[in-house]
Amino acid sequence: MDKRKRNLILNGLAVAALFGVLLAFDQFGTNYQVRILNNMAIFITLAVSYNLVNGICGILHLGPNAFITVGAYTSALLTLSPAEKQMTFIIEPLIWPLSVMQAPFVVSLLAGGILATIFAFLISFPVFRVRGDYLAIVTLGFGEVVRVLCNAFQSVTNGPLGLKGLHPHTNLWWSWGIAVLTIVLVTKLVNSSFGRAMKAIREDETAARAMGIDPFKQLLLAFLISAFFSGVAGGLLAHLITTISPTLFTFFLTFNLLMMIVVGGLGSTTGAVLGAALFAWGGEALRIVESPIDLGFFTIPGIPGMRMVVFSFLLMIVIIFARRGLMGRNELSWDGLMGKLKVMAR
Amino acid sequence: MDWTILLQQIINGISLGSLYALVAIGYTMVYGILRLINFAHGDLLMFAAYAAIYGMTLFALPWTLSFPLAVLLTGVMGILLDRAAYKPLRDAPRISLLISAIGASFLLENLALVMLGGVPKGFPRPEVFGKVIEVLGVRVQVLTIYTPLVTLVLLLGLLFIIYRTKVGMAMRAASRDFETTRLMGINLDRIIGITFLLGSMLAAAGGIMWAMKYPQVNPFMGVFPGLKAFIAAVLGGIGNILGAVVGGFLLGLGEILIVALVPGLAQYRDALAFFVLILVLLFRPTGLMGEPVIDKS
Repeated sequence: MDKRKRNLILNGLAVAALFGVLLAFDQFGTNYQVRILNNMAIFITLAVSYNLVNGICGILHLGPNAFITVGAYTSALLTLSPAEKQMTFIIEPLIWPLSVMQAPFVVSLLAGGILATIFAFLISFPVFRVRGDYLAIVTLGFGEVVRVLCNAFQSVTNGPLGLKGLHPHTNLWWSWGIAVLTIVLVTKLVNSSFGRAMKAIREDETAARAMGIDPFKQLLLAFLISAFFSGVAGGLLAHLITTISPTLFTFFLTFNLLMMIVVGGLGSTTGAVLGAALFAWGGEALRIVESPIDLGFFTIPGIPGMRMVVFSFLLMIVIIFARRGLMGRNELSWDGLMGKLKVMAR
Repeated sequence: MDWTILLQQIINGISLGSLYALVAIGYTMVYGILRLINFAHGDLLMFAAYAAIYGMTLFALPWTLSFPLAVLLTGVMGILLDRAAYKPLRDAPRISLLISAIGASFLLENLALVMLGGVPKGFPRPEVFGKVIEVLGVRVQVLTIYTPLVTLVLLLGLLFIIYRTKVGMAMRAASRDFETTRLMGINLDRIIGITFLLGSMLAAAGGIMWAMKYPQVNPFMGVFPGLKAFIAAVLGGIGNILGAVVGGFLLGLGEILIVALVPGLAQYRDALAFFVLILVLLFRPTGLMGEPVIDKS
């Protein structure tokens, strides 16, 4: 059996196994478990698409929260019915075409992704004129600007009040389906000639240029694809938590994503998946440090905010002592696994 | 518009601008030597404000003692920050250094949140600074007048250190070329430490005055002043100390005057600075007074 065929079958089996597990949780899991799994899938989508820009292309972009915001608001405004929108926008009415539009969930997700992509395209010209620290601060700036605009444009976003009462459309099938789709598409892209060009830019931009690669084109491609999936994930997130407001999409969100891909290993899609899964699980597991601990005769009061201390400390430890993260730049692949198995069998 | 109101706004703008300038100098000094945006620089401002509060309330020190102590403590904190978060990464790719800086910033903010609580604390402003006097027919707080004066004195002191002492010469050398500086027998780690010490002390002075101006001290108070001061440093030309000061004053004046002249823009005030940053990077990436940045790889 040739390797391609074997890998295809194994991939199919793995996805089938994943959906089997999901079906089990869907049927027998508690709401809490389903919620964590949904979070996990959305984080995976976000981390994998963020890693495409930061890890594969090697530029430090700090504004994915802007794309998530655009996606979340777009899709939320499309799924709410005109009557619901009229109820929500009490201070200033929603502007005309949006106030009468309504679309099914899947269309709204696509629209969120597309609008995020358009937004990314618009900001890409100032962003890619600079590199390094400047690029980081400019993208961070755009993230902040989007938040300020969300607060200011009351007739589109309902300002600081945000949008409430979204329908909880996001379920395990939507969130994990899109996560798997993102992983497949991003992996295909990374393994194509485009992906190799992006990695060449990461290693040495001047050398890549000498080889005939146009850095702007490649970076733009990665940026737009990343923005699309971030926008879709934003729509999923909005319909999972059903209430969105500008405070949800601050730099804090970007920081969490950055932590996932750094811990997982910058430049590895497998790493991004692992990092996101660990974050979703660890974030819940670490609630212990914030809740009171009862020792029978003495109670240690919980300290709110302790989780973030642990997380930021972890990020620094990883970046200083284990810069490669969990996976480095390696990927988990069937070929690699089979090779290991053969060695063990010997 | 009435000219006294305009004058009032200009005085406010200069006062705010001098605070940006103080913080911007620290950014520009560190960037000049390490080519690093010290994301945690803004949080040192918060640290200084808390240190000054606890000096005055917990230890009942007079402000004349508490303020200098807070400034000194923040300077030491700056050195510790460099030793813990940046020194292990001297030979690492720049992206790692930047991530470490972001991590350090979040760690400081959240440690403050956990240890000191998220409720904003009032800053016990000494009586001396609260007095209101009349200048050219405009009633202003003494603090608003003192702030640019203090900035000027500190700036002169800094310029003296940088251009008239051996340490300053070493700092200027290090911002040109690490290897050659090391070959000249200069202890680079010491020079970098001193850079962090001076930059952090200036940020501390800025932080204490910020806390007196807006007497609400909370763990995240340093974030926005920090970002804006960085933008001021870029506007003036990063790596150039006088540029940072000019950028700080321009940004402070611009923010206040735009809101004063076009009140409708008030809610976009925080976005304005980033807009300026994008314009500068598009049309004049070296800033107003900057020289082309030497790439130290």
